[in-house]
Amino acid sequence: MSAHASTVDPKKAELWDIHHHSHDVISTRTLGYFLYLLSDGMLFATLFAAYGVLSYQHSYFGGPTPAEFVKPWYTFGQTIALFLSVLAYGFGMNALKHKSKSGLINGMLAAFVLGVIFLVLDIHDMSHLYSMGITLASSGGMSAFMVLTQVHATHIFFGLIWILVMIAQVMTKGFTEETVGRLLTLRMFWHLQAVIWVFVYIFVYLWGYIS
Amino acid sequence: MLVDLPGGWSPLLGRLAWSQIPYANPILAPLFVAVVIGAIIILGLITYYGKWTYLWKEWLTTVDHKKLGVMYIIIGLVMLFRGFIDGLMIRTQQVWAVGPHSSGVFGSLHGYLTPFHFGQVYSAHGLIMILLAATPLLVGFMNIIVPIQVGARDMAYPYLNALGLWITAAAAALIMISLFVGDFAHNGWFEYAPIFELQYSPGVGVDYWMWTLQLVALGTTLGGINILATIIKMRAPGMTWGKLPIFVWTSLAANVIALTSFPALQVALGLVAADRYLGAHFFTAGMGGNLMLYTNLFWIWGHPEVYFVILPAFGMMSEIFPTFSEKPLFGYITMVLASMAIAGVSWLVWLHHFFTMGAGPFVNTAFSVATMLVGIPTGVKVFNWAFTMYRGRLTFNAAMLWAIGALFLLLVGGFTGMMLAIPAINYMVHNSVFVVAHFHSMLLVIVYAIFGSVLYWFPKVFGFKLDEFWAKTMFWLFSAGTVLVFVPMYMLGFMGMTRRLEYVFDTGWQSYLTVMELGIVVYVFSVLAFFILLYVSVRDHAKNRVGADAWGTSRSLEWMTHSPVPFYNFAVLPHINERDELAWRRQHGIDQVRPEHYEDIHMPNNTGVAIILGGLTFVLGFALTWRIWWLCIVSLLAIILLMIIRSFKGDPGYIITGAELQRMEEEAYRREAQVLDSHHSHPVSGGVVGNAMAYQRNDSSK
Ligand code: HEM
Ligand SMILES: [Cu+2]
Repeated sequence: MSAHASTVDPKKAELWDIHHHSHDVISTRTLGYFLYLLSDGMLFATLFAAYGVLSYQHSYFGGPTPAEFVKPWYTFGQTIALFLSVLAYGFGMNALKHKSKSGLINGMLAAFVLGVIFLVLDIHDMSHLYSMGITLASSGGMSAFMVLTQVHATHIFFGLIWILVMIAQVMTKGFTEETVGRLLTLRMFWHLQAVIWVFVYIFVYLWGYIS
Repeated sequence: MLVDLPGGWSPLLGRLAWSQIPYANPILAPLFVAVVIGAIIILGLITYYGKWTYLWKEWLTTVDHKKLGVMYIIIGLVMLFRGFIDGLMIRTQQVWAVGPHSSGVFGSLHGYLTPFHFGQVYSAHGLIMILLAATPLLVGFMNIIVPIQVGARDMAYPYLNALGLWITAAAAALIMISLFVGDFAHNGWFEYAPIFELQYSPGVGVDYWMWTLQLVALGTTLGGINILATIIKMRAPGMTWGKLPIFVWTSLAANVIALTSFPALQVALGLVAADRYLGAHFFTAGMGGNLMLYTNLFWIWGHPEVYFVILPAFGMMSEIFPTFSEKPLFGYITMVLASMAIAGVSWLVWLHHFFTMGAGPFVNTAFSVATMLVGIPTGVKVFNWAFTMYRGRLTFNAAMLWAIGALFLLLVGGFTGMMLAIPAINYMVHNSVFVVAHFHSMLLVIVYAIFGSVLYWFPKVFGFKLDEFWAKTMFWLFSAGTVLVFVPMYMLGFMGMTRRLEYVFDTGWQSYLTVMELGIVVYVFSVLAFFILLYVSVRDHAKNRVGADAWGTSRSLEWMTHSPVPFYNFAVLPHINERDELAWRRQHGIDQVRPEHYEDIHMPNNTGVAIILGGLTFVLGFALTWRIWWLCIVSLLAIILLMIIRSFKGDPGYIITGAELQRMEEEAYRREAQVLDSHHSHPVSGGVVGNAMAYQRNDSSK
């Protein structure tokens, strides 16, 4: 095996890292966060699988099905709110490139407000269902519906807290290696939640509506 | 929306009440007294010797990957001991409660454990052994060894590393407290739907099981991310993928599995929680629930998990064999490919845990074939190890013995696994003790590899070797125990004995069970030998001190730095030229070359946040188990707040100057020189003196 054959001349070999190579903090951080998001993606994949198994006719046990209460346009409003939020975040990050603190904060604030709108619409929707007596205890199918959508909403909730924290950190600390790294990871998080929302919207709401 | 609870509940204490404390239990009450006395003695000793600040500063707040690894291993060993006691109890009940005429004590009709208590014992045994013994032990070794082997000063995220440890510790504490407050689950370590539903298991046992597992999953995921990022991002200059030590490769494969599979478990458990706490109907019988959904989700994680635990063990064996065969690992590339193949295929086989679900011939055949595919890369590994030893200069010290034992057990476990992978056979022996014997053979591979690694890497971490005589004694006792317990178990499996029997109806099995009991007694002696081993080794540590390269024939980076490893690992990071860098340097006589000058280095600060967060997760788990809602909210808020505060503070780290580094290094070299003088010669493992060991033996490795 040639890989074993010594290719380096031991007399001239460089033995120590004298050129002092250092690890790039931001990329190490974003890689780790990317790995976390991978596991978050698996979490949603599993929830979707559970939803798939529990969305047969018999899963609703004769009770309400999504076809009876999903309002596609209402949920489309949520979709738009979340997408605009991601867009606003993107504008904010663009401002970061120009080292504009106010631009970044404005973008983040807009993203925050739009995220809140998404969440308020979701909560309103859920309490509406609750008032009709539709809860996650209604049937296996409804359990899957509620848990999948609300786990996503919980992610949005924590994302919103994080946006607030980041606004505060940028205001107090400015653009340091730490805050910029976190802004990047938060962007990854926010984008992933939007992408997952696409799946939720299509496979849970729309599919549920037509079937 | 919260479910109605059977039994009492109060806003202040949730379901907690005095009646939940088993003070009348003849086994638990004395144990509790013993634990309290033991704890008082330990705490008293720490206070007496004034070690609290030392403990806090050096251990509890540390972010040093080696110390965290050592603490992982300590947790793992303690839990291994607890799990072993459970095993001893199971065996004793089964040898006692045979046939209708067997006696019964302590309120049990037969034997000394009531069915409910027996169920808790075997459930806790399984969960503890896989998730709180094997997993922390392996994660501990990965923690210690991986950063050094890739030539880094620490993990990619030292603070996250500490957090992972303390969350694992919280999980261990939660399952331990279930002994004395309330009950544990009694339906097996992987539980079944719908018996874990609140209707059928109204106590807190299932909740303890669920939150413990959830915490382990969280801790292991965090640890996995860290190890992956460390391997990808922190390698020393020159260490290309082709030069990565094999243990690092297997750790990589294992943590890819962990990262992708643990979320499935977290979801499965989360859905159980939704059923039990919120009245959802995921896994209920009726109301549209699906029982087999749970089983599928659990094993979609469960099977990858078994490879998550065995792959690092394979890596350990791959480090031990070359060192004590004085040859490079045979077939490095195939070894890497085999690890990755195992990791990949591990995802496609979960259904073999319930062929009897009856999914139909096509599904069963597909999963059967996929399962057997795993045998190919595993076989490749076995042959590679055999060829590594073939015509090597073998040293049969204790570490090597454990590794060879692991190899034999792997054959036994692998072949019985293949048998189980054939649905026609599986229908006959599913849920029999044959299955139990199969996976114990496999899990013992891990235990053997771990004890081999304890012996192998101990001198690296603590600077002195463990006593050979007692290590070998322990090995032989342990192996005798293994044979005595598990050979009869395979036989009983063929005879149709099902698993988890608290009463054995067939008196014809008595003699086998007696042999197994004898085996467990032999195990007890091997545990004693282990304690003696620790005592003797610590007593004689001055005699057994070692230099950087403790075995004289080792090959990878960790043996290039001092033993014990300084907290900064390498004063100057090495530049990697070859796979098996140290062996290569030694062959060319440049292994003693020191760096010419030292530069400033940057290290992370200690932090108390991680252990506080760990404590809070324990409180959260406990509050959730007992449904003390206010405490849940308080602890959750505290966790979030603490995380935010920490993120504002950040950690600037601190600088060690080059001059300081030089002083510490010279000191270490001086100590090492003394050690080598007192040994008369260079420490070597075999009969060969000095540097005779070659980087490569051309005659046999091709
Ligand atoms: C050659 C590779 C392997 C094959 C073909 C194999 C096959 C099987 C099969 C078919 C079963 C299901 C038996 C039944 O319940 O009817 C099983 C169970 C099990 N195996 Fe393996 N296995 C292999 C490797 C491993 C490894 C490496 C481990 C762990 C380190 C392991 C641990 C287990 C465990 C824990 C169970 C049963 C869990 C339980 O029911 O409580 N196996 N194995
Ligand atoms: Cu399996």
